[in-house]
Amino acid sequence: MTVETDVDLQVEIAGCTFRNPVMTASGTFGYGREFEDFVNVSRLGAVVVKGVSLLPRAGNPPPRVVETPCGMLNAIGLENVGVEAFLHEKLPWLVELGATVVVNILGNTVDEYAQLARRLDGIEGVTALEVNISCPNVKEGGVAFGTDPLMASAVTAAVRRASKLPLIIKLSPNVTDIQLMARSVAESGADAVSLINTLLGMAIDLAGRRPRLANVVGGLSGPAIKPVALRMVWQAAQAVKIPVIGIGGIMTAEDALEFIVAGAHAVQVGTANFVNPGATEEIVEGIAAYLAKQGLKSINQLRNTLIT
Amino acid sequence: MPGQFLATVEKNESLGPAICRLTILAPEIAAAGQPGQFVMLRSGRGLDPLLSRPFSLHQTFPHGRIQVLFKVLGEGTRKLAALGAGEPLGIVGPLGRGFDLAAPRAGARLGLIGGGMGVAPLFFLAREIQRRLPEFGLDVLLGARAKQELEQLLIDFGPLKIEPRVATDDGSLGHHGLVPELIEKEWGKDGKLRQVFCCGPWPMMAAVAQRCRERDWSCQVSLETMMACGFSACLGCAVAGSGQRERYFHVCKDGPVFNAADISWE
Ligand SMILES: Cc1cc2nc3c(=O)[nH]c(=O)nc-3n(C[C@H](O)[C@H](O)[C@H](O)COP(=O)(O)OP(=O)(O)OC[C@H]3O[C@@H](n4cnc5c(N)ncnc54)[C@H](O)[C@@H]3O)c2cc1C
Ligand SMILES: Cc1cc2nc3c(=O)[nH]c(=O)nc-3n(C[C@H](O)[C@H](O)[C@H](O)COP(=O)(O)O)c2cc1C
Ligand code: FES
Repeated sequence: MTVETDVDLQVEIAGCTFRNPVMTASGTFGYGREFEDFVNVSRLGAVVVKGVSLLPRAGNPPPRVVETPCGMLNAIGLENVGVEAFLHEKLPWLVELGATVVVNILGNTVDEYAQLARRLDGIEGVTALEVNISCPNVKEGGVAFGTDPLMASAVTAAVRRASKLPLIIKLSPNVTDIQLMARSVAESGADAVSLINTLLGMAIDLAGRRPRLANVVGGLSGPAIKPVALRMVWQAAQAVKIPVIGIGGIMTAEDALEFIVAGAHAVQVGTANFVNPGATEEIVEGIAAYLAKQGLKSINQLRNTLIT
Repeated sequence: MPGQFLATVEKNESLGPAICRLTILAPEIAAAGQPGQFVMLRSGRGLDPLLSRPFSLHQTFPHGRIQVLFKVLGEGTRKLAALGAGEPLGIVGPLGRGFDLAAPRAGARLGLIGGGMGVAPLFFLAREIQRRLPEFGLDVLLGARAKQELEQLLIDFGPLKIEPRVATDDGSLGHHGLVPELIEKEWGKDGKLRQVFCCGPWPMMAAVAQRCRERDWSCQVSLETMMACGFSACLGCAVAGSGQRERYFHVCKDGPVFNAADISWE
């Protein structure tokens, strides 16, 4: 893993400098340590950890995952250890390693989001918050926060008041007008937006005439959603001045570069981590190699260069 | 320690109806793999199917080879079945916690029960038990739909000097019926305490777990669930634990081998 070229991969988002534009997507990289045998996590732009809530959550009953053409559906139900266990048992390992950590948070109410933001404010080793207002797998709140511009704006404003940390608001694709959503959170104090979360979907076992997921519906991710994600990232980048982080179906450096050309400052790699646990580092290498080959000095020269 | 490797197919044999045995050159996994552990396999570079598929280690050999034994069910296993010698194969492993051979009860006989493709990990287990615990007696019960599914395995057990007792759904070999029924027939009367290791379809393992509980025999089961990653990143492979508190285990990390008493069998 040493294609050390003299290209500059650093990107600046919300006043923070990230060593490169490749982050892990929340919920697909555990708390980082799950990948210690596969990836040098301190070389990534950032580790965005599995979403944490105030209290631990057990998640949904199985089956929770099913494969679909070029993708997968999941209904994990935001199983997580809770914020206190995260801070005491998970974060120290990442900090020790020198990883850049973005904490993804989720709540059932606006107040829960604010409490989480307050708890994480000023903690050493937490670089930014990513606020998940878009999970399709929880009954309370989840989807409503991400699909109603007023609710999205209320969560953003509450988190803004509760914390000085840079705020990335993670948007749901399950809306008709992504530009409206991006603008409302930008106006309410978001420092950046990330998108897309999973697309609501379902799968049926015809033989049994039953849904394949116990939760009936779940979130679609993987290469199958990349065209939708690219379109939404491009639209969002045109609607707001704050940085956009692109997510959805990124498997290779080429996929990542398409998002950057479409206007993304950075990208997150999700489902690819399951298929190829070394994907993130390979993508960093691939981006560096591409820039060098194109004779570009910095990743910033490539951003938003789509010719339409 | 698990790792990700680009391995090479050395041999791909067809063993009866839609059953394949794949011999893979993967030295790190051959050196580290334990009975009950598994690997994630992925053939080709296409995106469909996207996810790797989990398979138990059927055998490891000196000189860096491993074998998996599998049944062709869908697109993933069809692609694996089509692989020829010399072709590359993505592999992650060895993964999970295998069978616990640490402390068999004194005076126990060890009993292995396999059904369907659940026989796959038991061969490796039998070999390791003979190597590590030669002082313990070992009995094997195997179940299958029909005779053809078992023939090759019975031949494989030959060199271990183990003669498995067999049950088939259609009566074409051994006991006509289900393999848990053999527990009474074969192990019912000799009064020897059993420590049981079991792998097979869920209803079969539930029946075995119950019979073991009634007799106060310890019972380890190897579970199957849908898996996206195999190394505890996706949290997809949940299975409900027993006890009052709602709690899920993750089969890829906490298992795939569990103490039967820890699992909720409903
Ligand atoms: C820890 C572990 C070890 C395993 N070891 C073996 C083994 O040694 N030999 C072997 O033949 N199989 C084994 N399996 C099952 C094997 O992983 C599945 O048969 C395989 O994933 C099917 O893939 P496919 O693409 O062919 O089928 P798909 O197209 O994905 O599915 C076809 C049908 O297969 C069934 N299926 C799919 N995935 C699984 C699964 N994970 N478990 C059970 N059924 C499934 C479903 O009913 C589905 O309808 C193991 C599973 C686990 C979790
Ligand atoms: C199994 C799984 C769990 C996820 N959990 C979370 C989560 O806890 N919080 C969150 O914001 N997004 C979660 N996501 C969404 C991903 O972060 C990402 O937005 C989505 O998968 C699309 O990217 P991909 O196609 O690269 O996977 C999860 C996705 C998957 C597949
Ligand atoms: S298969 Fe992904 S966590 Fe177990």
